[in-house]
Amino acid sequence: METLIEARNLRKTFGDNVAVDGLSLSVSEGEIFALVGPDGAGKTTAIRLLCGAMLADEGHVFLAGFDLHKQTEQAKAQIGYLPQRFSLYGELTVVENLRFFAEVRGLPGKDWLPRSQEILEFVGLEEFANRRADKLSGGMKQKLGLAAALVHRPQILLLDEPTVGVDAATRQAFWRLIISLLVQGVAVLISTPYMDEASRCSQVGFMYGGRLLVEGPPGEIVRRLEGRVVELVGGPRRLVESLARSDPQVEDVQMFGDRMHLRVIAGSSRRVINRLKASLQKEGVVIDRLKPVAPGLEDVFIELLEIVE
Amino acid sequence: MINNRLLSIIRKEFIQIWRDPRTLVLVFAIPVMQLLLMGYSATTDIRNVPLAVFDQDRGSAARELLDAYRAADYFLIAYDVDSEDELRALVDSGDAKAGLIIPPDYSVLIKGEGSAQIAFVLDGSDPTVASTSLSAAQFIAQEHATKLMSNRLSRLGQPASVEMPLEVRTQVWYNPDMISAYFMVPGVIATILYTLTSILTATAVVRERERGTIEQLIVTPIRSWELMVGKMLPYVLLAVMNTLEVLALGSWLFNVPIRGELGLILLLSGLFLLSGLGIGLLASTIANTQQEAMLTVWMTLLPSIFLSGFLFPLQAMPKVLQLISYVIPLRYYLVIIRSLLIKGVGASALQDEILALALFGIGIMTLAAMRFRKRLD
Repeated sequence: METLIEARNLRKTFGDNVAVDGLSLSVSEGEIFALVGPDGAGKTTAIRLLCGAMLADEGHVFLAGFDLHKQTEQAKAQIGYLPQRFSLYGELTVVENLRFFAEVRGLPGKDWLPRSQEILEFVGLEEFANRRADKLSGGMKQKLGLAAALVHRPQILLLDEPTVGVDAATRQAFWRLIISLLVQGVAVLISTPYMDEASRCSQVGFMYGGRLLVEGPPGEIVRRLEGRVVELVGGPRRLVESLARSDPQVEDVQMFGDRMHLRVIAGSSRRVINRLKASLQKEGVVIDRLKPVAPGLEDVFIELLEIVE
Repeated sequence: MINNRLLSIIRKEFIQIWRDPRTLVLVFAIPVMQLLLMGYSATTDIRNVPLAVFDQDRGSAARELLDAYRAADYFLIAYDVDSEDELRALVDSGDAKAGLIIPPDYSVLIKGEGSAQIAFVLDGSDPTVASTSLSAAQFIAQEHATKLMSNRLSRLGQPASVEMPLEVRTQVWYNPDMISAYFMVPGVIATILYTLTSILTATAVVRERERGTIEQLIVTPIRSWELMVGKMLPYVLLAVMNTLEVLALGSWLFNVPIRGELGLILLLSGLFLLSGLGIGLLASTIANTQQEAMLTVWMTLLPSIFLSGFLFPLQAMPKVLQLISYVIPLRYYLVIIRSLLIKGVGASALQDEILALALFGIGIMTLAAMRFRKRLD
């Protein structure tokens, strides 16, 4: 499989603030790489360096084999980029926006028209072709952004938190579109605050302080906490939580809706469960569930954050 | 030169201009407003200055003198007063701008062989009005004195017309009636060209940054020069349309002549546009918001207007300001456009100004192009 996105030792500083600090990553065709991490971790700057919106102080970016710094035009022609902020022209209609970006990205001659129709059908905006972009709803704007990023059939797609502020149905539709692109061999790099989205990706990189702390397939990343997560459901919640926290072998307690994830010291899950069962019953707590579960990405990232902070 | 990408940028820019009717209306209404304001209000033609007369003589000779003042339309004899105090009060209140005092023995002196003195009082608080009134008052009195002299001579049996030993025959070229609109309208054209191109270019570029659309542009293979040229060309076209608009209005409303060749006027206006566009681009590389861009351009606009000779003559300025005026492109274009419209000269009479404009245009553009980066940081 061909490597389409490759970053080597990227570094970017703004004054004293190091935004990206020695970032390296690679994404092959048909792969999707998720950048996750807390706000200010450098995700947006990393994506901007990768697409050439900003110039790295150090390091190299290769896009479909072209050096972004030396073969800028060829490299940029391979990219579709969807920035965090809506960045199309509000005064232009949907189809005028597509035409503009198709033409400036070098789609030959009259190809923009059939291609615009095709891409509008693909994202489901064909009814709104002649509506002004600033009259679209938030979700439709994101779809138009994706359409504009894809109109010239790029091999590389860079998406900066594309599903933030978008309703659940649109989010699902968005992911279906992305997955169908992967089948066509596009390499996708996406940043997202949602762990359920990250867990669908082929690679996940956890970014903190401008570097990748951990990177790998989601299944491998969660193996860090194999056997160390215990799920607990019961009430009253406050009492349950304080009892769980007071257990000497419980490192951390996180709430996921009505579920509680207890992170326990390696190899202690059986003992913790037995101890808690006894103490909870003594306090008269109704236990609906108390059992070891497979760790999720969220569990891993909370643990990583605690280590680095 | 013209490639697909450039055409796309230009098309996009025109759609944006077209869909923003408020700006479009302003672009075409501001020149009209400025032309009307400047053409009618900023006139220095002094006519009908209200005059208060304290005629202590009331004889026929005094009447003849007043008729002479009435005949020239510089003054309007608005008040006939009976005391100096009354005259002073009228000038104090500003109702009269000037006062004429005729002594009681005026007729006697004039009809005899004596020499009479009349007093002319002027309100000097507005120097423009005062200096024009002063020379007009002196001129009228001298003309009248010459007439009186020849009357006296003819009464003594000598030929009625007197040959004066020296006579000045004045000829005012290009603008014989000295109509200020001839001076103001070219100035309006110049300031409009400069203001519109610089402000519109600056805001058009900064708008991309402000709305975040620059981020998407950067990631396309568009080259910096294509973006620059594509952004500027639509506004060049608007500016040319504005030039024609003001020229047409100026000749229709104020009868301002267009004596030079229209082609040369447009060509040299185009040369001047380089400076305006360059300033606009330069401002866009400094400013982050449209307001900042606007203010930055305004900073260059005020000295341009005051130190270019648009409103106030450069010759009357202190040496320092005159020196500063050499680095103001508007200065050269004003000379060019005034000469082309009113004098009807050709390019050869304007070589220095054309050379200066070309140097400024190319210099500012180069500087702007060097600073213009198609990047976020």
